[in-house]
Amino acid sequence: MTTTKIFRAAVFLLFSLMGVAGLYFWMHVEFVAAVQIIVYVGGIVVLIIFSIFLTQEAGVEMPKATNTRLIFSTLASICGIVLTTLLIDQYAFPEISTMALDASPNNIGTNMMDYTEKGYALPFEVISILLLAAMVGSITIALKSKPEEV
Amino acid sequence: MEVTLTHILFLSTSLFFIGMYGLFTRRNMITMLMAIELILNSVNINFVAFNKYLYPEELTGVFFTIFIIAIAAAEAAVAIAIIIHIYRDHKSIDVEDSQDMKY
Amino acid sequence: MSNYNYIALIPLLPLAGFLLLGLFGRRYFNKVSGILGTLLLGVSAILSLVAAYQYFIVNGMVDGVYPVIEPFKYTWLQFTDTLSIDMGILLDPISVMMLVVVTFVSLMVHIYSLGYMKGEERFATYYSYLQLFTFSMLGLVISSNLFQIYMFWELVGVSSYLLIGYYYDKPSAVAAGKKAFIVTRFADLFFLIGILILGFTGNSFDFNTLINTLTSSEFATHFGASFLGISVVTWALTLIFIGGAGKSAMFPLHIWLPDAMEGPTPVSALIHAATMVVAGVFLVARLFPVFAITDSGALEIVAYVGIFSALFAAVIACTQNDIKRVLAYSTMSQIGYMMFALGVSSFGEHGAGYTASMFHLFTHAFFKSLLFLGAGAVIHMVHSNNMQDMGGLRKYMPITNITFLIGCLAIAGVPPFAGFFSKEMILHAAYESHPGIFYVALLTSGLTAFYMFRLYFSIFWNKKAHLHGEHHSEGTFSMKLPLIILATLSIATGFIPFGNFVSSDKTVLHSHFDIVFSIAPVLIGLLGISIAYNFYQKQSDKPTKIAAAAGGFYKAAYQKFYIDEVYIFITKKIIFNLIGRPAAWFDRNIVDGFINLTGNTTTKISSTIKGLQSGKVQGYAMYFFGGVLVLTLFFIYCLK
Repeated sequence: MTTTKIFRAAVFLLFSLMGVAGLYFWMHVEFVAAVQIIVYVGGIVVLIIFSIFLTQEAGVEMPKATNTRLIFSTLASICGIVLTTLLIDQYAFPEISTMALDASPNNIGTNMMDYTEKGYALPFEVISILLLAAMVGSITIALKSKPEEV
Repeated sequence: MEVTLTHILFLSTSLFFIGMYGLFTRRNMITMLMAIELILNSVNINFVAFNKYLYPEELTGVFFTIFIIAIAAAEAAVAIAIIIHIYRDHKSIDVEDSQDMKY
Repeated sequence: MSNYNYIALIPLLPLAGFLLLGLFGRRYFNKVSGILGTLLLGVSAILSLVAAYQYFIVNGMVDGVYPVIEPFKYTWLQFTDTLSIDMGILLDPISVMMLVVVTFVSLMVHIYSLGYMKGEERFATYYSYLQLFTFSMLGLVISSNLFQIYMFWELVGVSSYLLIGYYYDKPSAVAAGKKAFIVTRFADLFFLIGILILGFTGNSFDFNTLINTLTSSEFATHFGASFLGISVVTWALTLIFIGGAGKSAMFPLHIWLPDAMEGPTPVSALIHAATMVVAGVFLVARLFPVFAITDSGALEIVAYVGIFSALFAAVIACTQNDIKRVLAYSTMSQIGYMMFALGVSSFGEHGAGYTASMFHLFTHAFFKSLLFLGAGAVIHMVHSNNMQDMGGLRKYMPITNITFLIGCLAIAGVPPFAGFFSKEMILHAAYESHPGIFYVALLTSGLTAFYMFRLYFSIFWNKKAHLHGEHHSEGTFSMKLPLIILATLSIATGFIPFGNFVSSDKTVLHSHFDIVFSIAPVLIGLLGISIAYNFYQKQSDKPTKIAAAAGGFYKAAYQKFYIDEVYIFITKKIIFNLIGRPAAWFDRNIVDGFINLTGNTTTKISSTIKGLQSGKVQGYAMYFFGGVLVLTLFFIYCLK
């Protein structure tokens, strides 16, 4: 994130996302990890790289922010980290259960298609509508306006 | 050494603030978008961790994570569309150049 | 006790004239405003003559004393049981006499102005100012208490300012009006303080009560308050006298009088010969019992200031070339005479000085206004004020010649003209009490004769006249008539037995006419006339030789003894630089600066806050995060 070349930043993002996927694997939620790799790495990072190519030369150096902004941002981030860590430390989490999480695709699929109160069918439908809206919206925004016919 | 919830939470917190630092500092709009992705990922880690360590009999956190990933994808797409539109107007993707909503 | 209620009409008629002519004159009756004003004033004059006749002859004395009558008394502001400011009319010998003088001279001036100011665009305005002035002066002389007289005093000052600055497009006239007003206003500050002190000690402002209180014997024994070693009453009287000295152009407050000649000549005749400048003398005469009986040193100050002013003005008048300035200085000198006559007088039996002073006031009004009006006719003909431009005018202006000669003889004190009788009375009074002052006064009367005849010969004899064009006339009939009337009066009024009417304790004063004594003043007068004849009757260089011989003294006298320069120095260098500039600096930088600072600060703050709404998204994000952080801290740690 502190490189000046944008393409390298995209690649570093890719590595970070892969690291997060690895974390999911270690936490035994393989399905989520798979989704992460497919959607994030394969979709979003590719999209980002694509837009980099669309908008500028990939090799051009990016400008840096002003010094005051750097200082303030660093300060803000450090403050945030310290505060949150303190809060987490002081918080008494309840008894950690020793049961293992069962996140097999079978279980996930059963729950997702469950249309009772415990199921997630409704959020599933809502998300599909959202994706539709996002698709239509982005096409509309990125549409080039036609030049006027003389 | 046993990895407890606190460690994972610390990881996700630092990821969150790194993403925030990137959001404040970067001048390129696309790198700002990348930082936003980092923030979203940290939240995802949080959800999964809480689900695994505190409520293992339910799958709420996992589902939330999956939905967030989907939403993030949609949002990234819309953001890219906006960036391209702005690029067409200003011929630059520097946030400092797009100060149109000034006083 | 017959009815004196018509007295109220006497000042009210000119007031009505002022309002009518001032508001409507310019538009509606520009041409006839002169006639209207003159008619109104004519009625006033007749009424005052009737009043005088009634007061002096018909009613006469009551128990051997002329009564003090107050036909009107209207309580206006009541401060305590005894202290109140009233509005009223007071009639006693001097006020009735002044009524006659003021209305009559004003009537003469009105008639004269019909011809002199003919063709002026602001004819009606001029007449309205004249009416205002007459109203103020009449109100002044019949005021019944100190505050009323102060009110009319200020009104007189305002109307004189308006009249002097009548030609408002001449900067010198404007400056002269300002100077007159400011100098008299400055003197009035002291007058006001004197009024307050006197009112406080006497516990009343009313003239009657005040005089009775302050001159009673128990006051003298009980009231011993003093301030800086001088009694309070003396302070009060001296301060009041300073106010009077400002109006009467006594040294050192005389600087406004020569400059006031910038006004039209009839105005000078009215204001600076007969009426306004004698207001100071009138004031001292009004409070004369207090001055004399309380045995204060104030009377000495009056005498010395008077005689010094008389001599001072006479010396300067010998060197001036502008005829109106010569007349102005001669006025100052004659008022000096009146002042010191009051100063050397005492109360009652030996109060000859009081009667002499009032008599001289009476006669001086007539012959001085005659001289001014004659000078106006000369100026009208020659279109210049300077004596060097005139000469040999006796062939062209015969009536003016004769009347001017009569006026000069009167002022020089040659019998049987009026000035002889009044001057001789003054000198007699001075001889009896202050011989030193008598000798100085004698010398001054010689100087008076000299410079007046210098003026006369330079205008009417001396050179051959060289006039431009033949269409200059001596003046219309309306200009000649007042001259003739006033000349007759200058001769006739000398024979009035003034002591029968006006005296300090309002009884009859038997003045004796001492022929042997009168020889010395008459001789000195004739000596002055002959010297002037020698120098000026024909063209000669004797005056220039004498002037060169006198050298520095002549130069100093010509420059009016540099008094004006002293005043300018004091005001410009000291007051402006030390007081005016710092005050202005303070006002501009600190007071204004403070307001500007408030404005600028507000603007700066607003533009800073405006900058918060830059278009930068990242800035917004930072503020957002900062706000969240603060709120988090607040909620966690402060609201446990």
